[in-house]
Amino acid sequence: MELTADKIKELVVKPENKVYAKTPLLTDKTLSYCPGCGHGVAHRILMELVEEMGLENDTIGIAPVGCSVLAYEFMNVDMQEAAHGRAPALATAIKRLWPGKFVFTYQGDGDLAAIGGNETLHACNRGENITIIFINNGIYGMTGGQMAPTTLPGMRTSTSPYGRDTHMMGNPLKMTEIVAMLPGTYFVTRQAVHTAKHARKAKKAIKKAIEVQLEGKGTSFVEIVSNCNSGWKMTPVKANQWLEENMLDYYHLGDIKVDGKLVKEIV
Amino acid sequence: MAKKVQGYIEIDKEKCKGCELCVVACPKDIIRMSKDVNGKGYHYAEFFNPEPCVGCADCAVVCPDGVITVYRARIEV
Repeated sequence: MELTADKIKELVVKPENKVYAKTPLLTDKTLSYCPGCGHGVAHRILMELVEEMGLENDTIGIAPVGCSVLAYEFMNVDMQEAAHGRAPALATAIKRLWPGKFVFTYQGDGDLAAIGGNETLHACNRGENITIIFINNGIYGMTGGQMAPTTLPGMRTSTSPYGRDTHMMGNPLKMTEIVAMLPGTYFVTRQAVHTAKHARKAKKAIKKAIEVQLEGKGTSFVEIVSNCNSGWKMTPVKANQWLEENMLDYYHLGDIKVDGKLVKEIV
Repeated sequence: MAKKVQGYIEIDKEKCKGCELCVVACPKDIIRMSKDVNGKGYHYAEFFNPEPCVGCADCAVVCPDGVITVYRARIEV
């Protein structure tokens, strides 16, 4: 039997053969992100997990300020918008009032590492039983590609046009390593979503982070190294290559703290 | 008659933003960018050759906008 494209479609496209589709916990609204942005994948794996673990009625998310400020429009669960950088403080309050809910914050690097650095450190130090999802793309994407605390040395941005000079502008902040040193955190990891392999691994890590919170063990912190092709002024495919070659050299992927114990030497 | 795992993907072309990440992710190189544009003006992704597809879903996993639906079945050939 000769298989034509139409014949294959007729044989395979049936509801019972569906193996992957967008989760209903993401709304039908078109994402406001640029083409190729890692936020879309991060949103989806998080919402897939909420669906798979049956938490859709017991989840409260905190949206940040930054590119993902409209996360509450896209994630079809209860969401609350926080003031810039204050998501961990708001999550603390919500989790203390509703200890049975799964409470997560979803923050970018400008929100979590710059203006919200203080809130993040103290929430992690108190060991608040929340999950923090930290999207690190090394730049302020929404406001036009300015230098962020996480910008790599020598990286060009609109406010460091000759590259980040570490003598004048300091070194990139490794927030994930910093919070791993605090006694309150229980699970700290760094992942990426630029390839299918990395995205599947990141999904497993976020699943563990959710389980840690449901068991009441302490703060779980997942950093996702992501791209910003508009801010980096590259095509999405090039940006992912650049991420692989440069970002991952500085921000090493893998678990840093598992079950409350450091599993990696912090340098 | 031999059995084979056959995959098929459907792309919501109006929601596609043309980032090309699925083209790079596809291990069988059977997704390409269309010459036409969609309502938003993007060259959308196009599934042009279903025969080698095994339904691995790599394209759908990397798609930031979740526009790809993947089907997989064992069919007789």
